[in-house]
Amino acid sequence: MWRVTILVLAAIYFLGPLAASLRFSLVQSNGKDGFGNYSRVLHDGALANALWTSLEIAAITTGILLVLMLPTVVWVRLRLPRLALLIETVSVLPIVIPPIVMGAGLAELQLHAGSAIDSALFASPISALTPFYVILALPFAYRSLDVGVRAIDLRTLVDAARSLGASWFTLITRVILPNVRTAVLTAASLAIALVLAEVVIAGTLLYDTYPVELVNQGQQDAGIAVALSVLSLAITWLLLFGISFLGNRAGPTRVGRLL
Amino acid sequence: MSGVAVHLDGLTRRFGALTALDDLDLDVAPGELLALLGPSGCGKTTALRLLGGFDRPDAGRVMVGGADVTDMPANRRDMGMVFQAYSLFPNMDARKNVQFGLRMRKMGAAQRNARAEEVLALVGLADHAGHYPYQLSGGQQQRVALARALAIEPSVLLLDEPLSALDARVRHQLRAEIRAVQQRLGITTLFVTHDQAEALSIADRVGVMHDGHLEQLGTPEEVYDRPATPFVAEFVGTMNRVAGRVLPGGRLEVLGSSLNAIGGDGQQQGSMVEVLVRPEALEAVADEDGHATVTERTFLGSLTRIRVTLDDGADLLIDAATRRGLPEPGARVGVRVTSEDALVSGPSTP
Repeated sequence: MWRVTILVLAAIYFLGPLAASLRFSLVQSNGKDGFGNYSRVLHDGALANALWTSLEIAAITTGILLVLMLPTVVWVRLRLPRLALLIETVSVLPIVIPPIVMGAGLAELQLHAGSAIDSALFASPISALTPFYVILALPFAYRSLDVGVRAIDLRTLVDAARSLGASWFTLITRVILPNVRTAVLTAASLAIALVLAEVVIAGTLLYDTYPVELVNQGQQDAGIAVALSVLSLAITWLLLFGISFLGNRAGPTRVGRLL
Repeated sequence: MSGVAVHLDGLTRRFGALTALDDLDLDVAPGELLALLGPSGCGKTTALRLLGGFDRPDAGRVMVGGADVTDMPANRRDMGMVFQAYSLFPNMDARKNVQFGLRMRKMGAAQRNARAEEVLALVGLADHAGHYPYQLSGGQQQRVALARALAIEPSVLLLDEPLSALDARVRHQLRAEIRAVQQRLGITTLFVTHDQAEALSIADRVGVMHDGHLEQLGTPEEVYDRPATPFVAEFVGTMNRVAGRVLPGGRLEVLGSSLNAIGGDGQQQGSMVEVLVRPEALEAVADEDGHATVTERTFLGSLTRIRVTLDDGADLLIDAATRRGLPEPGARVGVRVTSEDALVSGPSTP
């Protein structure tokens, strides 16, 4: 009985606002019910461009993170286990420093940078934001990958692969990566979620990324704002569902299933 | 597949203040199976890891087939290894595990398949080629790991306590299989274990290690019957410590018997020494006037282990073939030595 009660209360708590948002988003500017708000959102070229830019940044950020962090985590666990705690602590720093500090610093750099730096770094939102999103996502990626690597018998797998002639690149890509695939997907999903939600730095530097566009549009029309929220939620759910689906197909390993 | 000679020359490895391996010299003949035996921390696995290229020595050289491979990374040493922990790649089935090393050597798919089938058949797992590690028992996983190590036709096979995670029955069976395969292929093999029965039963020669040193290297019979040091005597098999008296002509008086003394040079005639005697070299005979009392009797199958307490308080273990009429606990017995030799451990301690 208690379980049912708690379940019902939780459902009301979580689904109630969602249902209300959905209902509100279906009220058009003329007062009638319909998909007018969604139609306007989907046909808004600026929003589509911003979404595309953010997805590009998310993909590049995720790629750089994984290429940097997976070998790092493996190396730390294999060769520098005593430094693991120190590196974990250092990796938390991006969380401790507020994004507005980084954004203000970047704005200052943008203001006083020479033309060379300006054209190399600030010419596009991808080159300007990606390096900093990599730093912001680093704590989440490090922890996810570390959990995955700790769940396998790393040293034995490494020694076995090396004794069979594998190079470090082959070892990482063919032995380690498939066995920590769920952790990699988790790190990727966190990085993507961060990029699709980060508004402070992008907004400060005046780049039109998806979250910045969401905020801008939301300030102009309440109906569109709520429709955007519902769409964002749906995109996030789809993303997590996709990652969960890929994780469940992460090969017939017990490790993969446990994670 | 043919074996090559392995020579470890003055290998030393330190971890901080700890010297795990101290100036180890070791020769393994082509096609030989040499077991390194010793307790945890004696340096045997360190020696194996140095040979395999998984670690670098602080001093010394590793020679394989006459070539110095000390600075060669593990992936270029051409050595197969079976580990103590289950080391199969969880994301690959048995066939792909076996093919992994062949793929690294750029072998074609058809050849890889044929070779994988061949070595899986060699270890009796041809029917399990499509099974993933979690679908295999511990013994089967180690067989696949052996097949994977053999598939690349390595110049040297390294076995790092590959049987220690298995139950006794599988361990005995796989031990015999490893030996049979090794002899059939004639591959030079270094086998590391802390199990003396395993080392004695499988190896051509056994090296007993202690504190980073090689205490004795010899055939299993030599190591067991003529241990070079008290440590070897006590680590390999069970050993009793009894008091003996030095007699003229290199002989000892132990429990009323006169024996050839091994070691103990420099002991004065008539002095008391501590002597090491194996349980199977003692015999307990029921005797009301004997100088010992049976305190325990343990059935071990073909053998029965009898614990007796001498009247001077010393405890002895005696192994006797299981039969009717062995003395019961509480019975008075006489104890005598049936062997002709005894190893002197050192001066007798009060």
